[in-house]
Amino acid sequence: MKLTVWTYEGPPHVGAMRVATAMKGLHYVLHAPQGDTYADLLFTMIERRDHRPPVTYTTFQARDLGSDTATLFKQSCQEAVDRFDPQAIIVGASCTAELIQDDPAGLAETMGLSIPVIPLELPSYQRKENFGADETFYQIVKHLARAQDRTARVTCNILGPTALGFRHRDDVEEITGLLSDLGIDVNVVAPLGATPGDIARLPAAHFNVLLSPETGETAARWLEKNHGQPYTKTMPIGVGATRDFIAEVGAITGLPCTPDESRLRMPWWSRSVDSTYLTGKRVFIFGDGTHVAAHARIARNEMGFEVVGIGCYNREMARPIRALAKEYGVEALITDDYLEVEQAIETLSPEMILGTQMERHIGKRLGIPCAVISAPVHVQDYPARYSPQVGFEGANVIFDTLIHPLVMGLEEHLLTMFRDDFEFHDAAGPSHHGGQHQMADAGASGGSISGKMIEQVAADDNVIWLSDAERELKKIPFFVRGKARRNTETFAVERGLHEISLDTLYEAKAHYAR
Amino acid sequence: MNAPLPPTNGGCRSAPVLKERGQREVFCGLTGIIWLHRKMQDAFFLVVGSRTCAHLLQSAAGVMIFAEPRFGTAILEESDLAGLADAHEELDREVARLLARRPDIRQLFLVGSCPSEVIKIDLARAAERLSQVHAPHVRVLNYSGSGIETTFTQGEDACLASMVPVLKDTTARELLVVGALPDVVEDQMLGLLAEMGVGPVRLLPARRIDDTTAVGPNTVFALTQPFLGDTHAALERRGARHLAAPFPFGDEGTTAWLRAIATEFDVSEETFEAVTAAPRARARKAIAQAADALRGKSVFFFPDSQLEIPLARFLTRECGMTAVEVGSPYIHDALHGPDLDLLPAGPQISEGQDVDKQLARARAARPDLTVCGLGLANPLEAEGLSTKWAIELVFTPVHFYEQAGDLAGLFSRPLRRKSVLQLEAAE
Repeated sequence: MKLTVWTYEGPPHVGAMRVATAMKGLHYVLHAPQGDTYADLLFTMIERRDHRPPVTYTTFQARDLGSDTATLFKQSCQEAVDRFDPQAIIVGASCTAELIQDDPAGLAETMGLSIPVIPLELPSYQRKENFGADETFYQIVKHLARAQDRTARVTCNILGPTALGFRHRDDVEEITGLLSDLGIDVNVVAPLGATPGDIARLPAAHFNVLLSPETGETAARWLEKNHGQPYTKTMPIGVGATRDFIAEVGAITGLPCTPDESRLRMPWWSRSVDSTYLTGKRVFIFGDGTHVAAHARIARNEMGFEVVGIGCYNREMARPIRALAKEYGVEALITDDYLEVEQAIETLSPEMILGTQMERHIGKRLGIPCAVISAPVHVQDYPARYSPQVGFEGANVIFDTLIHPLVMGLEEHLLTMFRDDFEFHDAAGPSHHGGQHQMADAGASGGSISGKMIEQVAADDNVIWLSDAERELKKIPFFVRGKARRNTETFAVERGLHEISLDTLYEAKAHYAR
Repeated sequence: MNAPLPPTNGGCRSAPVLKERGQREVFCGLTGIIWLHRKMQDAFFLVVGSRTCAHLLQSAAGVMIFAEPRFGTAILEESDLAGLADAHEELDREVARLLARRPDIRQLFLVGSCPSEVIKIDLARAAERLSQVHAPHVRVLNYSGSGIETTFTQGEDACLASMVPVLKDTTARELLVVGALPDVVEDQMLGLLAEMGVGPVRLLPARRIDDTTAVGPNTVFALTQPFLGDTHAALERRGARHLAAPFPFGDEGTTAWLRAIATEFDVSEETFEAVTAAPRARARKAIAQAADALRGKSVFFFPDSQLEIPLARFLTRECGMTAVEVGSPYIHDALHGPDLDLLPAGPQISEGQDVDKQLARARAARPDLTVCGLGLANPLEAEGLSTKWAIELVFTPVHFYEQAGDLAGLFSRPLRRKSVLQLEAAE
């Protein structure tokens, strides 16, 4: 038993729903009690889908438990097939139905349906949403893919994009365009937009592009092993990674891959002088393993940030993220405990967070800007505009995403110059954000954690701030004050000082000057 | 005396009810925790359940507003399913840890879920045991918010019903007002009752545990929410008497609700008029403004919160709408009867749900406004129907005079929006 406040991932059957909702002509019959239908709103509200997910819930109640929930399942299954006329169905149980052990797979098989019935075994008490999506897609591919000749032209499949994915809609479009530039056609995109008939055609492609390892890797491995299709290992997120990806595609296909980079603006945007202020910004990166790994590279190599911590919530990616952390010389935080992530961020006090919607809330509370780079996300992270993460346009989009929460370079200098003017008081925040940058009062929930200011002068252990130094610290613009305080304290502790004077403050400033 | 007149074509109390069962597009009772924990500021709600329960609470809350809210889920893991003795020990440990970290917590609700009910974790026994361990600082109670037993707002009912047995005894003649209301609305109601000289008024739930809510044979109680059937029964078992009335939505509902109390406590007609005249006039004016967009329009209610019947009464009688179908998850005559009496005959009254059949009826009727859950709203909008998300009716202050205009506004906004959006080319 583990006490959980907020979760990064839903249960595995929600992962299965992400696959079913992404596809066409597929229906999911889910043995589940009343209330599990809440998951529909993830798709209809958060992602703004205009159709109900293709899911039939058996909706059993307490009074059914004593009698016959198995018959209820079969009846729901038959009605769903009659009403929605799918090409194939997937059947499974949610957490409660798993306990009553009705065996939906076995029941559906005895019904003599004329369409393929794909049973799902998703252990609700061990695994989570990403596993559910990955496993469901794998089962669908395993059941439906048919051996066949390769297409005459060089083609690939794009594997992994699902409903409720992070920017999957636009990533598919961007990567399709990039592949087309390289002379490669797309055979099938799956699960997003694919029918069961399309899944059968997967083996006709020459290779697979794995666009979302979290949700497509098991299927990609199976296709490699059973249909001889190699798959790409590089996630084309960021300029360097996109170029690596193109080289990998070239190696797989033997085609001379020379992409059109005329729309790629990112490297210049990062080199141009306004971006100087980005240098060495301390960032903490947390999300799913794939996006975290990609953003660590972008942050360090393409934005010139200092990566002070990375981590992921999906344990499946723990190993690569730990290895990456070692390479970056930081601790890896592998946890799905929101409070632990919050604690880590509070301790590291980065200048910026690259995270999920959960970290956005942490950032709000601690007064740290946050850019969202990974699922889980909320309704505002499904933009109307085209905003891919992958490929060259993705690199442009990510540059904008990462600088948007920050104060612009020119503005930063102005703030320093005019910091005593009332327009530039600490709470003013970046001028391109209308809102007030007041600290959210977390105590409003009656919680024990109050919305305390992180800049509060409260030194560690026995280091005391003398009043002149404290006054000076308050003059430093708020967005660098936390760092100045921390650096000065570290500087003092390292030198065995017990008091921080004005001189100590400026000696530390000189010491850390970059 | 201007008591509400029953409709000339008869009401709906004896109308045939279409009873359906099948797939239900509703939340389970755990959802009530979202507003109950805001109401009871010294309470923590600990769901004993699965990852699905935690995910539901997070999704239903819409956003995570607070770093550490006063609710959480003790997620059952594989090892807990193996042996029940373990589950109790684990629960004790998690509760001890939680209460140590949160000294502000005075009442703890152990909330049962589908998995905990199916594997029969005895939360009543756990609550008793934990009460002994953590008394007197913390009171531990339990109720079930599971989907196999409760539909959406029934979670609040189960929670309040679990508090009735531990209310202190009293023989005083007191009014007990039952149902969680936003503080601002509750204060308005208490103000009106105080001006009429009715008191003392006790509240269930009280805002904090130290409050003096008690119950006994001389207690009369009024319900502010139409989904409190079990609480109603539990209070009657304690000897209290229910003041049946329409629910306090809109001018007419609020007046009828207050009048039932005024009559019971012998408030004179002059006093009643003096106290209610000004807010009634304000309510009428506010409703009239919002109702312009609603008059003559049809409305179709999918079952959601059990607020459907009183709201249909409000929309038909005070906003000039026509009800096509009024669906409710459950209908209790003792609670919903007075509103059904006033609801003009005509609409199909339905109880329970088979969502695909009901969707087919809605598509055939093509109502001007469909009141439904979040899972259905966008798909129906995409089909050209205007919708109102039902959950907002539960999360927003809508009771009593001062909110009557806001309540009408919740329904008129989708229609107004549809009329102001012009997305086609000019030519």
